[in-house]
Amino acid sequence: MKKLDRNQIAARVARDIPDGAYVNLGIGLPTLVADHLPKDREIVLHSENGVLGIGPRPAKGMEDEDLINAGKEPVTLLKGGAFFHHADSFGMIRGQHLDYCVLGAFQVSVAGDLANWHTGAPDAIPAVGGAMDLAVGAKNVLVMMEHLTREGKSKIVERCSYPLTAARCVNRIYTDLAVIDVKPDGLRVVDIVEGLSFEELQRLSGVPLRRLATAA
Amino acid sequence: MIDKFISSAAEALADVPDGATVMIGGFGNAGMPAELIDALIAQGARDLTVVNNNAGNADAGLAALIGARRVRKIICSFPRQTDSWHFDRLYRAGELELELVPQGTLAERIRAAGAGIGGFYTPTACGTRLAEGKETRRIGDRDYVLESPIHADYALIKADRADRWGNLTYRMTARNFGPIMAAAAKCTVVQVRETVALGELDPEIVVTPGIFVKRVVRIAPLRRAA
Repeated sequence: MKKLDRNQIAARVARDIPDGAYVNLGIGLPTLVADHLPKDREIVLHSENGVLGIGPRPAKGMEDEDLINAGKEPVTLLKGGAFFHHADSFGMIRGQHLDYCVLGAFQVSVAGDLANWHTGAPDAIPAVGGAMDLAVGAKNVLVMMEHLTREGKSKIVERCSYPLTAARCVNRIYTDLAVIDVKPDGLRVVDIVEGLSFEELQRLSGVPLRRLATAA
Repeated sequence: MIDKFISSAAEALADVPDGATVMIGGFGNAGMPAELIDALIAQGARDLTVVNNNAGNADAGLAALIGARRVRKIICSFPRQTDSWHFDRLYRAGELELELVPQGTLAERIRAAGAGIGGFYTPTACGTRLAEGKETRRIGDRDYVLESPIHADYALIKADRADRWGNLTYRMTARNFGPIMAAAAKCTVVQVRETVALGELDPEIVVTPGIFVKRVVRIAPLRRAA
């Protein structure tokens, strides 16, 4: 089996984002999606701190500390970009104006519940940021994560054991092994990596999966 | 005559009392009113409740205020960072109270205070532990959580340009919490890069009208070594 690496998962996500979409990419792994968006599509990237129309990373030495993304990394602004304050920025999110957001996750349940902000460990310092707003607000919530934990346990679960970010919010899951849709009647496998059978994916995942009619 | 210009950050913050609620603008370094925070540290007020998106980084600014044990409580969305050691230490020791708020709810609670709204229902955090103990209501086909406004005694923010009436413009993503915090505090103190004569700011591009601003201090930007 050929597991996808981080950039290959990002490229797979990018393939599904259509021309004209307004998109928020979460901090960390989802940020990689920006590098793979097809050049022939005009896609407007949003960041929670108050910017639409984020462009590529600035060249070394061209960073401006007043122009950053939600991950506090320096960015550039495309022609047509705009700045706005935090309440407007989250109004866009909560008000369902974003077509897509891409988030990382600790766990996703078969019902589409998302856990991505807190491990629940008693000594952990909680931090939530904009995750809960994005999860309830974006029209399509895409999750990007490794399929299995380091211990080999499935991150797609019957019920999340970690504290929830939002209930029933995830539309599609992209992992290093598969692309899976969350439907009202359960999980449907859209894609599987080369060399992995549906039965083996089912065994690794440990939750009921169904094939899309077109899936291998 | 209205003249909101104040000659120094120390003078602008001289009357902050112990126990005050202080909003501090900025997201990362963008829009962080560093010189005003330094002046607040020098001023000495204690037992503060601070509202900011984060809980300080490294050893400067808000982290230094926390490290000096001047903050009793912090209301923020994202305290944990790789370099939030002052917060981490005092929080773990039980010496600093944390009210963790989702970022959009934080922004809207600040906005609500400035706009005279007594509360609002948001779908964010419904069914999670951050909504525990809060009133929830089904409106249409969704569940919402009741949230309350956050008022402050002072807001410390950074803008780009100001005139003596306190009209403000901002620079790029440094705008972040500035406009909403300015409206939510009884006394808004602004540090700006440049002050201009009345009439020089195009009214079409004023982001924060002077009605929300009490005091303006010009802080010349540090010139970076070439």
